[in-house]
Amino acid sequence: MAFLELRGIGKRFGATVALEGVDLSVETGEVHALVGENGSGKSTLMRVLAGVVSRDAGSILLDGRSFEPRDPGHARLSGVAMIHQELSLCDHLSVVDNVLLGMERTRLGLLDSSEQERIARSALDRLGHGDIDLSVPVGRYPISVRQTIEIARALAVGCRVIVFDEPTSSLTLSDAQRLFSIIDSLRADGHAVVYISHFFDEVRRVSDRFTVLRDGRNAGGGVTKEFTDEQIISMMVGREIADLYPRSAHNPGEVALSLHGLSGMTKPADATIEVRAGEVLGISGLAGAGRTELLRAVFGLDPVKRGRVKLLAHVGPASPAQRWAQGAGMLSEDRKNEGLALGMTVAENTLLTTLPPWVSPGWEARAAQSSIEQLGIKTQGPHQPVHALSGGNQQKVALARLLAHDADVYLLDEPTRGIDVASKEQIYQLIDAVAQRGKAVLVVSSYLPELLGVCDRIAVMSRGHLSPALPVAQWSQESLMHEAVGSA
Amino acid sequence: MKGLKNTIGLVVALAVLYAVFAFMIGENFTSVLTIENMLKNSTIVGLVAVGMTFVIVSAGIDLSVGSMVAFVTVVFAFALERGAGVAMASLWALVAGVGAGLVNGALIVGLRITPFIVTLGTLLMLRGAAKGLSGGNPIYPDNSGWVESLMLTKGGSDALSIPPGVWILVAVAVLAAVALRYTRFGRHTVAVGSNEQAARLCGVPVARIKVAVYSLVGVCAVLAGLVQVSLLTGGDPTIQEGLELQVIAAVVIGGASLAGGTGSIGGTLLGVLIMEVIRTGSSLIGWPNWVQQIVTGAIIIVAVALDQVRHRRAA
Repeated sequence: MAFLELRGIGKRFGATVALEGVDLSVETGEVHALVGENGSGKSTLMRVLAGVVSRDAGSILLDGRSFEPRDPGHARLSGVAMIHQELSLCDHLSVVDNVLLGMERTRLGLLDSSEQERIARSALDRLGHGDIDLSVPVGRYPISVRQTIEIARALAVGCRVIVFDEPTSSLTLSDAQRLFSIIDSLRADGHAVVYISHFFDEVRRVSDRFTVLRDGRNAGGGVTKEFTDEQIISMMVGREIADLYPRSAHNPGEVALSLHGLSGMTKPADATIEVRAGEVLGISGLAGAGRTELLRAVFGLDPVKRGRVKLLAHVGPASPAQRWAQGAGMLSEDRKNEGLALGMTVAENTLLTTLPPWVSPGWEARAAQSSIEQLGIKTQGPHQPVHALSGGNQQKVALARLLAHDADVYLLDEPTRGIDVASKEQIYQLIDAVAQRGKAVLVVSSYLPELLGVCDRIAVMSRGHLSPALPVAQWSQESLMHEAVGSA
Repeated sequence: MKGLKNTIGLVVALAVLYAVFAFMIGENFTSVLTIENMLKNSTIVGLVAVGMTFVIVSAGIDLSVGSMVAFVTVVFAFALERGAGVAMASLWALVAGVGAGLVNGALIVGLRITPFIVTLGTLLMLRGAAKGLSGGNPIYPDNSGWVESLMLTKGGSDALSIPPGVWILVAVAVLAAVALRYTRFGRHTVAVGSNEQAARLCGVPVARIKVAVYSLVGVCAVLAGLVQVSLLTGGDPTIQEGLELQVIAAVVIGGASLAGGTGSIGGTLLGVLIMEVIRTGSSLIGWPNWVQQIVTGAIIIVAVALDQVRHRRAA
């Protein structure tokens, strides 16, 4: 019997069946990837395991004994910890206070700081990061270090099962590498690791075995290296995706956006590029290289320090309001905090940039409905709040805004971050379609296969400097990476 | 949909409270005179609460409204006393109120200080300015012209007589409700409160919206100030201390969240009426002031708690 056994797990929310008869087994010293589209039940299954929701059917065995978590705290104390996409650290507390949060050691009613530091230090040492200063407030560390601290917290309480829920979605490539080596050391240490991800390269890099969920049921699984990506994708979607990246012939026209020696306050340092109408131009590079900052400076969200920007007929920097008026639209990489107002409805979010002075309910419903149909957004209607939608559908709402605005220049920052394969496919088709209609598209992405799949030309940002854009045929994943790390 | 449920809940709460007090007190509570008085008492809180709803929906707060109303009454009375005509004095009052609102907005946007702190500062400053201008004592000018009649009721008759001030509140509330729901300005206000960064990305003029909503509070404070003058027949630098808490309570009972992004004018007015029914009812029963305060406080907490429970169910 495996160390962790989930058998026949079932869960309903009202009339919706979220899980039905799902099995999962994970050994110690194994990294097990859990894959599936958004809404396939991966998150619900892990929430059952972590005690966030209770199950309706099935059993969980941990180390041969029945495991009945009452709540996440109880699950954690019983040995199962979950590392979420959004970290649960208190930014103002020090590293040691965070690692020991909820299990503080006291002596005579006072915090026993030497004992606390010993525990925190030993947990960080086991992760190979004993160099982290324990007394510094967590908020001063970059996200990758904060994630390490969160993992250390799970180790400090003695967890043997550690679940990672899309842990790399906010990490740079080098930080992701560092996380992978941490996961390797967890495996070597005899932990059972469950790893949820949308990225097949990551699944290949970290996992020994995998399990696919589709519509709340098991849809296959096995030893990772015995299956191809295509085989796993077809398990996920239940059909063959012949080509994830549609590519029709684009006919680049006039220059729609040109940057000359552009630099922002900190980044980018120097960016020169021309994007033509009817072409998709990609910007590759490591997170933190200045790609997002480049888009923000062009769109007026960050100041321009030097250099020339020309958007269609308009020369010089402009505010976001002016950019929209000039015919540009931007999709933020940060859907939750900047891309969408989650509490507002689908209609309100879609039409925020195109509102007439008087907003008639009829106009609003019609305009939003046409966007919903155009993008195939799965929603109960235009007046549903956006927070109720899945990640992929939320992203489609954010994109719908640019379409509803009928922008001529699309600035897209990580357009498929954290969304399911089917939604990704639709977004790739959409990018292709708008380019065909003669729009200029500038795409920033950290996912190399995606850039190679959708772009006509690609430029690479490295430490704030933008390389010349070359036709996509002249790039490979390896050469993009070489250029990004500046070792070419 | 959510807004409608919220409104129905508040209407039911108001009706139940009214029925309970009517049952306990009898005719003294249901009389035309009492209803007139309740409407009159609600006017100042209601006017200011309309403006405050915009501020709270935009995720802001304005603590300076009580001082602002007092300042407006003093400016108006002071101008009259110095020989200005009623129209001129009203204009001065308008300049004073809108100016104060503009200053609030400009400081919040320009210095990037949280609204709580800025308006805590202007709460003290406006109160001080009102006292300085009036020499610390109320000013009773000889004749306030039409302003005096704002809150006059015919009196003596059995028919309900609604004073002009209440009609002004109704008109302002209707305009505000339409503006909040069916105009670009209203939508932008909600967007700023719901997610300021997203609003900025979408080209919403965030700074202008913020200045506008605090100025709108200024406009409402001017109207409330003139109503106050009518009730007092003068200007008083010490009047309406603590108004801000009543107003915020009414807006919150009305379903707005201090985190921004939600709230409605209808809900706010129902919140104002609920507070007034409790106040009048408990004073007619003969409960002492301290009981009224405890009851009102409890109602605020219960209202918000119910709202939370409903949200959790919906989620």
